[in-house]
Amino acid sequence: MSSDSSAASQPTREPFRLPLHWLGAAPFAIFVLLFLIMPTMRIVIGAFQTPDGSFTLDNIRGLFTTSILSAYWISIKISIASALLGCLIGFSVAAAVVLGGLPKWIRGPLLTFSGVASNFAGVPLAFAFLATLGPVGLVSMFLKTQVGIDLRALGFNILSFWGLTITYLFFQIPLMILIITPALDGLKREWREAAQILGATNAQYWRMVAFPILLPSFLGTLALLFANAFGAVATAIALTGSSLSIVPILLFAQIRGDVLGNPHLGYALAFGMIVVTGIANTIYIWLRARSERWLK
Amino acid sequence: MKKFWAWGALIVGLLYFILPLLGMTNFSLKMRRGVYSFDAYAVVLGDPRFQETFTYSVVMALFTIAFGVLLVVPTAYWVRLKLPGLRPYVEFVTLLPLVIPAIVIVFGYIRLYNTSSWLPLTGSITGTNILLMFGYATLSLPYMYRAVDTGLRSIDITTLTEAAQSLGAGWTTILTRIILPNVLVAVLSGAFLTFAIVIGEFTMAALLNRPAFGPYMQLLGANRAYEPAALAVIAFAITWGCLGLIQLVSRFQKGAQSPV
Repeated sequence: MSSDSSAASQPTREPFRLPLHWLGAAPFAIFVLLFLIMPTMRIVIGAFQTPDGSFTLDNIRGLFTTSILSAYWISIKISIASALLGCLIGFSVAAAVVLGGLPKWIRGPLLTFSGVASNFAGVPLAFAFLATLGPVGLVSMFLKTQVGIDLRALGFNILSFWGLTITYLFFQIPLMILIITPALDGLKREWREAAQILGATNAQYWRMVAFPILLPSFLGTLALLFANAFGAVATAIALTGSSLSIVPILLFAQIRGDVLGNPHLGYALAFGMIVVTGIANTIYIWLRARSERWLK
Repeated sequence: MKKFWAWGALIVGLLYFILPLLGMTNFSLKMRRGVYSFDAYAVVLGDPRFQETFTYSVVMALFTIAFGVLLVVPTAYWVRLKLPGLRPYVEFVTLLPLVIPAIVIVFGYIRLYNTSSWLPLTGSITGTNILLMFGYATLSLPYMYRAVDTGLRSIDITTLTEAAQSLGAGWTTILTRIILPNVLVAVLSGAFLTFAIVIGEFTMAALLNRPAFGPYMQLLGANRAYEPAALAVIAFAITWGCLGLIQLVSRFQKGAQSPV
């Protein structure tokens, strides 16, 4: 990276220096361009191309068929359900630990465990839930033999909407705990005291002070969890095989063997995924910037 | 009353997390009818496919970590030192792999680097392995970059660099003997997380047709009953181990935050 061999010939004058310090960022730029930006652009451009390369909107229009729309719809429903429940449960647990007056030592292990659990996604997670809520799983068998509740007879199936949602919660809840705990820590005691001095009840403090401050973090994390669930492939495939038609599974099958019978429809399918997760993440980034105003 | 609700929320939460772990452990021990045994583990660990795929994934993880460190440490250092105006953009780019699903990225790889393209990486086994490693490096970029960048924030790189330069050190010396030792804890945190991600990764390896641990687990899950539970226990132990190691190394150095 040392650069000025050209300057040696004219030592007296201040030599013209090429802006070579930019070169230091070049390896990174090249890597990101080749293995992140260009592959993504290839998909985005492909979504608007016919097989011979001319521009078309037919691929995008092709997404609006019943089977593909319903795949998107199930995916979005699962993502919303698991994100909402993940946020609510994660918030309750974090609030219980930070504000509920539980012993201080619980906090460290809880955050460590959350770090592990939020990374325990994918194939093994599906196995764990099959062994628990599957037809012969621990909880299913216990309820059947000891309590007399047959989950299957009640219509519960691990390979379904709710089965997938409950499984996704295993990495959604810990992620929420990890993100919201610092936000709850940021609620200053002075704010509560100030509200009380002004005559606010506990409910008023929550409704008019704490809730508005926490809302951006809460909604932002909701968007993040949504994107997290929407892009999850491995857990879904290991859990359901291909019996549940959600977008990532459909795309996986399409890449493997062109099940849609049109390669460019595959691009459009992937493009749709980028659009959905892109919107969710934009909301997350925007709301996070807002919440950081208060929670320094 | 408040405490009652707090304990209630915590216990319900814990129950939800402990039951699947209990379930998989219990199931993995039930291969022999009627008694608890480690048969499922014996079968899995004795399976040559397990040994091959696991070794493959471990080697891939190590290469990914080495490549990631080589890429991220100099870049993060250089951007902080010479191109601070670029930092928000670099940071944004490193977060992109969290936005773009892995399945879309690997789809792009398959189309962009197929046998009839200008860089036919998928044409040979070595090429595909390299492509997969780049894919893993991309997936771990958000974690690696954030860990290293946080580590760099806690040291005064400008002063350190000027001090080293005035003693005659070149860029390689500065990076390997000054910067790297100072951010070692951060690098290790990123490395362990990368390891945990690569070991269990399924989508990229499956779509690039490489014999990695993730696709092996999925295949076994589709065909067997008890062995997958044993694999889940092993995978959980590995994740636990990696995250535990991060906590451990972080404790050695205050100010270096764990990236999770």
